[in-house]
Amino acid sequence: MTEEKNISNDELKELQELVLYRYGYDFSQYSKASFVRRVLRFFEVAGVASFYDFKYNLVNNKEFFAFFLENVTVNVTEMFRDPSFYRGLREKVLPALATYPVIKIWHAGCATGEEVFSMCILLEEAGLLSRSIIYATDINPKNLDQAKKGIIPLTAMKEYIQNYHLSGGRQDFSSYYTARYDNVLIKKELRKNIVFSQHNLVTDYAFNEFQLVLCRNVMIYFEKELQNRVMHLFYDSLPSGGYLALGIKESLLFTDVRWKFETVDAASKIFRRKT
Amino acid sequence: MGEEVNSGHIVVMGGSAGSYTPLVSVLKRLSPGFSIPIIIVLHRLRNVESEIDKLLSMALGRDKIKEPEDKENIQPGYIYLAPRNYHLLVEENGCFGLDYSELVDYSRPSINITMQSVASVYQENVTGVLLSGANSDGASGLLSVSRHGGTAIVQSPATCEYATMPQAALNINTKALILSPEKIAVVLNGLSAKI
Repeated sequence: MTEEKNISNDELKELQELVLYRYGYDFSQYSKASFVRRVLRFFEVAGVASFYDFKYNLVNNKEFFAFFLENVTVNVTEMFRDPSFYRGLREKVLPALATYPVIKIWHAGCATGEEVFSMCILLEEAGLLSRSIIYATDINPKNLDQAKKGIIPLTAMKEYIQNYHLSGGRQDFSSYYTARYDNVLIKKELRKNIVFSQHNLVTDYAFNEFQLVLCRNVMIYFEKELQNRVMHLFYDSLPSGGYLALGIKESLLFTDVRWKFETVDAASKIFRRKT
Repeated sequence: MGEEVNSGHIVVMGGSAGSYTPLVSVLKRLSPGFSIPIIIVLHRLRNVESEIDKLLSMALGRDKIKEPEDKENIQPGYIYLAPRNYHLLVEENGCFGLDYSELVDYSRPSINITMQSVASVYQENVTGVLLSGANSDGASGLLSVSRHGGTAIVQSPATCEYATMPQAALNINTKALILSPEKIAVVLNGLSAKI
């Protein structure tokens, strides 16, 4: 086996400064352990020979940076990930959303859209989709391009169907897509109220008010201080009584807005803005 | 943010098929005052809820067994279980970090990732233990523990229900101790006595 690759703290800092000044993306407050893993993985995928080569390419080649961005941010997602969470949404959140004439939802960090499509299915089944607008944002434009297509690899569907049923879904899941060769296409009617756009939680601001904000397994890549700032952004994006959904192992505990939310479903990490 | 840097010892254990019984066997034998934090990574179904933390609590008749949340501080006296469908990392400032990136060797959590992360932060203050399993996850992680000066232990293949995983680790690691679950507990208790 080869020696384990590593990157020094100085190199890491240099990399982050370079990316910030050249391209405007700020990774300085990303959790070190996972960020270093992503960078080393990129070095491997891109066949980076030395740190010097890496810097040279990063500065001079925009496509190289796009490839870097694509790899260094995590784009993994699943439909109906954590089925019990979707059960919680169905039972505890959708009935409250139903009281609004227009339902506005924000998926922050939507990756390639699988959780957004899951949400659309829930809304459709609750008869709410036609009066919902779902804003789906991500830092990575490549993800959004993929998400807009509504295409999912067929190999993943078996698990997603199982997740859907575990979440309490009772419809024939295959009615939500058409399969073609190795992919499925999520039905266009389900996707018609989604607005995809680029948004960077680190540097961009609140842009609207939503009855529900979902940001699941995005802030795990941030250090506590940045998590805290993003939580303020979500707080500012919610009206009194608005809902916030995090990943099932994410917590409000380390943020100073924790007192401003009440818990709706502790296990599923669904919260509600108090006032 | 003025957090304490964790420089104490830590134990990281990995297991897959057939690892639950030897795991309980090791943990049951730990002395009552054993306070070194233990991180356990077991392969499990990604989207099916399983309450291994509660099962372990009952089997061992103790509390302080938990799945950590993101950025939770690592504390003495606790047994931490990697949550399903995340990779579990440790940060230099002594807290956990979760990661929801690609499966590694078909696994999330990956034993390799956690062991490598623990080894890079805790350096020689790591005891890594690899139990029964039917794949090769953990081999490179345990090697990383050895390379950083920590102690690598492999459940003796003869006592394993599935010896593939320990064997894969032994194939690339000549420093690893080969021990039965009973002896693994003796080594761990020895660590505790030293501190």
